[in-house]
Amino acid sequence: MAVDLPENVFMTQLDAAANWARSNSLWPMPFATACCGIELMATGASRHDIARFGAEVMRFSPRQCDLLIVAGRVVMKMLPVLQRIWLQMPEPKWCISMGACACTGGVFDTYAVVQGVDRFIPVDLYVPGCPPRPEQLLRGLIELQDKIKKTGTFTGHEFGKRTLPEGPLPMAADEIRRSKQEQLLFQADEQ
Amino acid sequence: MTIEEQLVQKFGANAFEFSQFRDNHRAVVAIDCLLSVLTFLKNDAGFDQLSDITAVDYLDFPDAVDRFGVVYILLNTQTGERLIVKTFVNDPHPEVPSVFSLWRGADWLEREVFDMFGISFKGHPDLRRILMPEEFTAFPLRKDYPLRGRGERHNFPVITRAES
Ligand code: SF4
Repeated sequence: MAVDLPENVFMTQLDAAANWARSNSLWPMPFATACCGIELMATGASRHDIARFGAEVMRFSPRQCDLLIVAGRVVMKMLPVLQRIWLQMPEPKWCISMGACACTGGVFDTYAVVQGVDRFIPVDLYVPGCPPRPEQLLRGLIELQDKIKKTGTFTGHEFGKRTLPEGPLPMAADEIRRSKQEQLLFQADEQ
Repeated sequence: MTIEEQLVQKFGANAFEFSQFRDNHRAVVAIDCLLSVLTFLKNDAGFDQLSDITAVDYLDFPDAVDRFGVVYILLNTQTGERLIVKTFVNDPHPEVPSVFSLWRGADWLEREVFDMFGISFKGHPDLRRILMPEEFTAFPLRKDYPLRGRGERHNFPVITRAES
């Protein structure tokens, strides 16, 4: 039996409606630790105007955000903070790793800098560049919206399937070997 | 009287090794008389500001005798004179007297040198790491510390998407 709907009522799927709403109101948590943060601010400012994509509501409390933008290098001392912020964000949430440093450690392959945040938190989208232009970040945002529209579900059960670490191993095989050697040398020195 | 002459008059010529480049005066002193020299410079010669304390690791440095050099950069705010005082310490337990009692600003500077080089400062009230995390075990600016660390930066739990 066909139901006669008034003209201002639309039929859609629940998933699609949720995705539409979520993807157009991403509230970013700006985790700006270095120079990429400046570019992130430029993206928010009037010339590039991230508000055109509904993501202008930068919140400085993780409880109110659903998009973590890691902009800049993360050092050892900061990583526990980043992880805690990620865990404090309510579902559904996404993460953009912005810039060479956040993605891979960039040129800062030193004792203190984490070589890519994806080793320790799940990342949905990488924006390369040093720093990425605001256009690049906006492009990333659009891609993320696309991803949400294509794969998102109302209940968010697609997140529950990602049970494995997605980044590179925290330590590649040669790093493990090297660090063990160093540790032995260090212990020998100590004695 | 120049600052060099004052120092020689007070401590004798053997205690120092002076050098100079333009208006950059340097004095190398032995570790034993470091504290008395610095006390004299602060109280009698008018070097009322301690600009910086830093250190150098001379491991494998050509012709170097001692392992670490500790450098004090002093400023006389009345005359604008600067003096660089340097002393040497060695393994296995490099230790210099703290100058916290002379300049309160030495607090964090000494903690930084301790953090990066593992040189301890005798008499410092609160000698903890200042930059590196508390659980860090090594001293990263020593020359025998590897460029990429000993794996400290990988000791974190990995959070997967399902559990977050
Ligand atoms: S990627 Fe480049 S611009 Fe971004 S934080 Fe690293 S060094 Fe700075």
